[in-house]
Amino acid sequence: MTMLRNSVFLTIAVVLLLLPIAGPHATLEIEITSGVNTASPIAVVPFRYDGVGQPTTDVADVIGSDLTRSGRFKALGVKDMLEKPTEASAVNFNNWQVLKINDLVIGRVKQVGGGYSVEYQVFNVYTHQQIMGYSVATSAARLRYTAHFISDTIYQKLTGQRGAFTTRIAYVEISGHEHYALIVADSDGYNAQPVFESATQPILSPAWSPDGHQIAYVSFENTMPAVYLQDIYSGKRELLSRREGINGAPVFSPDGKSLAMTLSSSPGNPDIYVMDLATKQLRRITTSDAIDTEPTWSPDGQSLYFTSDRGGTPQIYKVSAKGGEPQRVTFDGSYNADAQVSPDGRSLAMVHRDSGNLYVSVMDLASGTLTTLTNGGLDKSPSFAPNGSMIIYAATYHDQGVLEEVSVDGQVHERLSERQNGVDVHAPVWGPFLTSGQ
Amino acid sequence: MKMLRFGLLVLVVALFTAGCARNVKPVAPAASTAPAPAAATTQAAPPPTAPQVSPLDDPNSPLANRTVYFDFDKSDIKPEFLDTLTAHAKYLVANPTQKIRIEGYTDERGTVEYNIALGDRRAQAVRRFMLFQGVSADQITTVSYGESLPADPGHDETAWAKNRRAIIVYIR
Repeated sequence: MTMLRNSVFLTIAVVLLLLPIAGPHATLEIEITSGVNTASPIAVVPFRYDGVGQPTTDVADVIGSDLTRSGRFKALGVKDMLEKPTEASAVNFNNWQVLKINDLVIGRVKQVGGGYSVEYQVFNVYTHQQIMGYSVATSAARLRYTAHFISDTIYQKLTGQRGAFTTRIAYVEISGHEHYALIVADSDGYNAQPVFESATQPILSPAWSPDGHQIAYVSFENTMPAVYLQDIYSGKRELLSRREGINGAPVFSPDGKSLAMTLSSSPGNPDIYVMDLATKQLRRITTSDAIDTEPTWSPDGQSLYFTSDRGGTPQIYKVSAKGGEPQRVTFDGSYNADAQVSPDGRSLAMVHRDSGNLYVSVMDLASGTLTTLTNGGLDKSPSFAPNGSMIIYAATYHDQGVLEEVSVDGQVHERLSERQNGVDVHAPVWGPFLTSGQ
Repeated sequence: MKMLRFGLLVLVVALFTAGCARNVKPVAPAASTAPAPAAATTQAAPPPTAPQVSPLDDPNSPLANRTVYFDFDKSDIKPEFLDTLTAHAKYLVANPTQKIRIEGYTDERGTVEYNIALGDRRAQAVRRFMLFQGVSADQITTVSYGESLPADPGHDETAWAKNRRAIIVYIR
């Protein structure tokens, strides 16, 4: 019964969620730069293919890479496997116990009509019990997405935390220091597709709508910054604000009905405003004559965190989304900016500057403890994965703008870099879950 | 309070530069005489109405220098740039239909949107200086690019020093 319900759910989810844009853009290459010894050993045996030709995606390879990338698992290399079973009856658990594997994933990709049926099973190597067994109908174009979806289900079953492998990221790509493109890609960097491009003028600060259908961003076309809203499926684009001065830092409220942003209340005085997206009415939230910018919402939509130098140096403050007197939140060091609230609302990721170097840090809101997670020195633009497990951020590596990811415990570090020389990537922002929870 | 203090500072700077302005004066004539020899040596040049080269196009004019640099995290105008800005202000006062755009920039050692605000502060510092010198507000627009469009794409102090800047762009 459970299996049937899940199969139907999976099929529906896979149908809805593909960007109808042709042709991949440049692809980011992912590399795990430091892992963790406590990662649980798992084996994902290459899936058997029952069909003509070759499937469009090596499903087992994607699942193994996803699980390893989470830092919670370490997938066994195929060449180290003592057997490669594709049916439960063929599994010899001793062959996996000697390799100290905890969990075993096997499966089959079957060609069915114009598409595929992917069956997979997960076993506990020590109890020999089947933990999961599902069948997912999909198409050739959706096979890689389906592999991520299977990773999500396995990750959730084994860790209790929802997987985020089917989510997407947005970022800004700069070629030759002047050609800007706003890109949407899978969370592992695949399927990178441009949403908006500008030959010479910057694109900044992309932000996802909570339903994952729209991106708000800043574009400097016509040498003026303006905030735009764009539907990533239809390409439809709407100008939201091109007022005198700064138009920046857009971010959707959790209910998707409002957009917080930074506007100049008078020349040289940036303040936080909230725009009602239905009426386009603006509400001014902050009133200091210092810099107030980089707003972000608490998950309940009741508060905004933002950066202000009203106390002399940039620090994080919190204010009611209705306005009022802000409270200072950070006190550790002389530069804390660009806060992002974790999905559970319990911590803030931010950029912490020390001796002119920028690092991504996390502050526990209950204790006020600030922990620095990165060591790049030019680490900025942090963004939480929607399950709160990882933070993606922009970094500089060998003079190239790259994206990096770090687990919230600081243990797992990964880098996503553009293979081409002269292409920098900036301003990553992790998209929302695209389906309802299971 | 902060605004007041800044206002006073600018006022002092304005008085200081107003005092210096007389010394700067020769600049304009020098620029306008420059084209004369060129016209004389060019036989093919069309008759008497010798083309007036705008001081904006004269590489020897102080107006040729259109960039001012800032210290790390700072937006106050350093004394060595006052002559340059004063020359631009005088030109704009004398040419009230001329419009400029002041672009503010930062180095990369800050967050993206905070840098937009910091670059804006730098552009505003230049704008306020111009206004104190008598330039009309409707001659000036400002824009901050923050850390975008660096003058030097490097990641060291040499590059950062070149990127902490405001640029005067004449709209022609």
